[in-house]
Amino acid sequence: MRMPISAAIGLIMTGAFFLAAIFAGVIAPYGMGEIVGGVWDPVSDKHWFGTDAIGRDMLTRMIYGGQTTIFVATAATALSFITGSILGFTAAVTGGWADQVLSRLVDLVMAIPSLILALVILSVTPVTLPVLILVIGLLDATRVFRLSRAVAVDITVMDYVEAARLRGEGWAWIIFREILPNALSPLVAELGLRFIFAVLFISTLSFLGLGVQPPLADWGGIVKENSAGLVYGIPAALIPAFAIAALAISVNLVADWVLGRTTSLKGGRG
Amino acid sequence: MLAGLRVHPVFKLVVQRIALGLLLLVAVSAIIFLGVEALPGDTAQAILGQSATPQALANLRAEMGLDQPPLARYVDWLGGIMTGDLGTSLSNKTDIAKAIGQRLGNTLFLAFWAAIISVPLAVLLGLVAARYNGRWPDKIISGVTLSTISLPEFVVGYLVLYFLAVKWQLFPSVAMVFPGMGMMERLNAVILPVIVLVLVVLAHMMRMTRAAILNVMQSAYIETAELKGLSPMQVIWRHAFPNAIAPVVNVVMLNLAYLVVGVVVVEVVFVYPGMGQYLVDHVTKRDLPVVQAVGLIFAAVYIGLNIMADVISILANPRLRHPK
Amino acid sequence: MSRSLLEISNLRIDATAYPPGEPPKTIVLVDGVSLTLEKGKVLGLIGESGAGKSTIGLASMAYGRGGARLTGGTITLNGREIRLADARALRSLRGREVTYVAQSAAAAFNPAIKLIDQVIETSLSHGIMDRAEAEARAVMLFGKLGLPNPETFGTRYPHQVSGGQLQRAMTAMALCPKPDLVVFDEPTTALDVTTQIDVLAAIKDAIRDTGVAALYITHDLAVVAQVADDILVLRHGKKVEYGPTEQIITAPGEAYTQALVSVRSIDHKEKAPAEAVLSVKAVTARYKGTNFDVLKAITIDLPAGQTLAVVGESGSGKSTLARAITGLLPPSKGEITFAGRKLSPQLSGRSRDDLREIQMIYQMADTAMNPRQTVGTIIGRPLEFYFGLRGEAKRKRIQELLDQIEMGSGYIDRYPAELSGGQKQRVCIARALAAKPKLIICDEVTSALDPLVADGILKLLLNLQAVEHVAYLFITHDLATVRAISDRIAVMYRGEVVRYGQKSDVLAPPFDDYTDLLLSSVPEMQLGWLEQVLKHRKMESAGN
Repeated sequence: MRMPISAAIGLIMTGAFFLAAIFAGVIAPYGMGEIVGGVWDPVSDKHWFGTDAIGRDMLTRMIYGGQTTIFVATAATALSFITGSILGFTAAVTGGWADQVLSRLVDLVMAIPSLILALVILSVTPVTLPVLILVIGLLDATRVFRLSRAVAVDITVMDYVEAARLRGEGWAWIIFREILPNALSPLVAELGLRFIFAVLFISTLSFLGLGVQPPLADWGGIVKENSAGLVYGIPAALIPAFAIAALAISVNLVADWVLGRTTSLKGGRG
Repeated sequence: MLAGLRVHPVFKLVVQRIALGLLLLVAVSAIIFLGVEALPGDTAQAILGQSATPQALANLRAEMGLDQPPLARYVDWLGGIMTGDLGTSLSNKTDIAKAIGQRLGNTLFLAFWAAIISVPLAVLLGLVAARYNGRWPDKIISGVTLSTISLPEFVVGYLVLYFLAVKWQLFPSVAMVFPGMGMMERLNAVILPVIVLVLVVLAHMMRMTRAAILNVMQSAYIETAELKGLSPMQVIWRHAFPNAIAPVVNVVMLNLAYLVVGVVVVEVVFVYPGMGQYLVDHVTKRDLPVVQAVGLIFAAVYIGLNIMADVISILANPRLRHPK
Repeated sequence: MSRSLLEISNLRIDATAYPPGEPPKTIVLVDGVSLTLEKGKVLGLIGESGAGKSTIGLASMAYGRGGARLTGGTITLNGREIRLADARALRSLRGREVTYVAQSAAAAFNPAIKLIDQVIETSLSHGIMDRAEAEARAVMLFGKLGLPNPETFGTRYPHQVSGGQLQRAMTAMALCPKPDLVVFDEPTTALDVTTQIDVLAAIKDAIRDTGVAALYITHDLAVVAQVADDILVLRHGKKVEYGPTEQIITAPGEAYTQALVSVRSIDHKEKAPAEAVLSVKAVTARYKGTNFDVLKAITIDLPAGQTLAVVGESGSGKSTLARAITGLLPPSKGEITFAGRKLSPQLSGRSRDDLREIQMIYQMADTAMNPRQTVGTIIGRPLEFYFGLRGEAKRKRIQELLDQIEMGSGYIDRYPAELSGGQKQRVCIARALAAKPKLIICDEVTSALDPLVADGILKLLLNLQAVEHVAYLFITHDLATVRAISDRIAVMYRGEVVRYGQKSDVLAPPFDDYTDLLLSSVPEMQLGWLEQVLKHRKMESAGN
């Protein structure tokens, strides 16, 4: 099956962002906290993206910042998927009171806007990377729970699942062989959307000063550090802003493609 | 005598939905108050710092009532909120309700204008996209939508600020408002944040409006209307419109709820003296009473809009309005 | 030259398909079809799904559904060529000269508008009559179509009336603006058989009394034989045969038409009563959270190697009976004996042999097979699960089973999506057979299939029964199918068995009221059947 050009671009860009994050230490020209120039030096051969508010190399900051952003977002997405989908599938397959309790709890958490709830939590807990990952991951897990439960409920009412139950198959066969293969495509598409959400979430928190704390920095934090310059016409803060947008759009392009494939796929080999 | 009264079933449904919403609100308040208690972290320690003596900590706890059992303090807190007493700020010992009053007005002012502009615009663009489904106007609208959805609010904020305020100097870059300001001055001051909020909610609202309208347009009864030889305007006005109202209004309400979150970030970007700015400030200061009170207000607005969306759906559903 | 109302010649209709991952391609829906319809006559369009009959029906209104394009030929209505007419001309003829009755009236009515306003809308918007006149005509038509309280019927909303009533209301809506031609697109297919006959009679009377011409589209030759003057048989978008109804029914020229006429004429001789493999004794059941019994003290026996048909309309409880026997819905009272042992009411309490020896085949083969598994995996799993077959032994057995269902081993690596409807159902049969069952529960297994394909499945089931000596509990709403396959019959109505016994006894008079109604409602492939039945019923009600 041929991949549309937009999805290919999305995939290549996403790959590039991840590679840069993994090999940050190798490709970054300077040290993360190293002051190598003046305040907001313009773009030059030495500093491809110029320097930041206190004279650190912007490209270096961007690469390390991307590492932090992508790491936090990936970890939070993994956490949200593991907890959300396992609980969602369990709720759908077992039904009964476990389903009721979990579903009502998720309703409750989702009744509060995520950012507001995160702010309330972060006003009490220490703001560290593990706490951020936990907060973003668990808040996001509610959405994964809803989706995977809905998908699994749709599949469990299918006659082929009933046929498997009548055959006497155990839970493991039913979940892994009958339900999971049919639930995979929508979940993969959702994975992309959740990752974007996590990127936007951590960036927003850092921008508000409640996310990644110095000396570490992520893209949202770099926007904040350099935002004062905007008023004087210095666009340094826009560089990480563009990076966030580019990463989100790339992943979105891939997710859109996966989702489109899912809906046009009526049980073929896909 | 109640049994003799014929209550319309829709009325019952609406009352049920509202009651459920209120119950949810109480549960949310419990999460915001009691859930936070369960988290690691000590308010007294946070205020006094790591070097505080045990005696000082104990004194502060007693002073703040922290030595009381959590449930008792929750009931106390909730009772206070019911009567308009939001408590006292830890950081500057001021009355929270007083501090909020002015800011709430400012935030509502901002949200009001964002809603007034974005709702008609989104519905109109959604209609256009649905009307030209799959053709270039739809594709352009969808493409722009995809990019805006991928941008966090603060990025949109700074892009608008950099280009409109700094580069082209069209509008003021800082949204200063103060009491006694004239209406026009005030509007001029909030233009940039309003633009940002409109951009932020527009994309979602448009996308969902388009989907809702397309869903209606693909119904069999639309084909019936076309086969009656009605003009496109008659088909849309008489047959599509009455069925599209509910989903579209629902979409609008859900997105207005989304504004609640957008407003927090946008206020910080433009240093606008509203609720969002106030909330973020006090999270940084670890001023829990303020955070809880403001958080609850945001959650209440959000839940309220969701209830309104549901109630409108119920009222607009002919099956519920005209039961068998 | 006599001027016909509608003349279609050499019509071609194309559509564009978008297979995932492949470039779009043009597919031909209708190719080279011609027909003529005189004023006041009824032409039946008949064919299987995909024959292009609805597409042709809509073409008479110059309408292409879902992107279908009228690419060739001519469509002449009242002397005007309309295939290439502009939008304004089309609007003035749709609703004024031609109107349409859809298969699903429930979806075709706007849920937000009162029935009367929808029924008279066309008459008003085309300026055919004023509101008072239109409402009077609508009320007259409601009465003629046998709707209750014609004066006030229109004040209700679509969801407030039943499916059969909606279908009649849709007919009234089509007739209200006094069109020259009405297109009936499977108007009775979605209805229960006892409702179908009334709606059919109402439509026939209305056509006769108003003198309107009609295109009557259906997949059921017996139905169309009751209303049409001429019949056009279609297959794969092409004409098979076109002639007067009498000739098509009594002396079909083409092999395909002959097959359609002789469909449901499988001759199956009933077997003598024998020892039961399945005994259901006084089984009563209800769904969780409800307060009424869906099954009320059901008692039936099914002899080994024979077929018990359970027949009834939707809501009669026949599928629930299957769920009680399989253990999916444990009965609240009564017991089920199978192969000499008492079955546990719960699924979880049954032994592996219990499970293996009772197999199930479903109505929708599409949802009965995991779309992510190949035919080999689907059939192979019971072999592996019950008999521990692996590798070559398993593959060999799968091939045997594929041969038994007349499909051949070439299908072993195919996915369900690559099979036709009939093939899918065959694979489901093979999966059931793989377990070497003593009983197979067949839940409406032929209802979703075209008549000829369904016939093939029934023949296959009969052959397999002769070879494998397996018993069938055959659940269906279709009496023709019952005649074709059963040895014994249980008629169910509202959760009770109202008539039960050997086929020859159940299908012979004297009948109870419900069985009589059910039996007499099944359309028969003969001219004048509808009139006979209605006359018979009138006499009976007069006699009462």
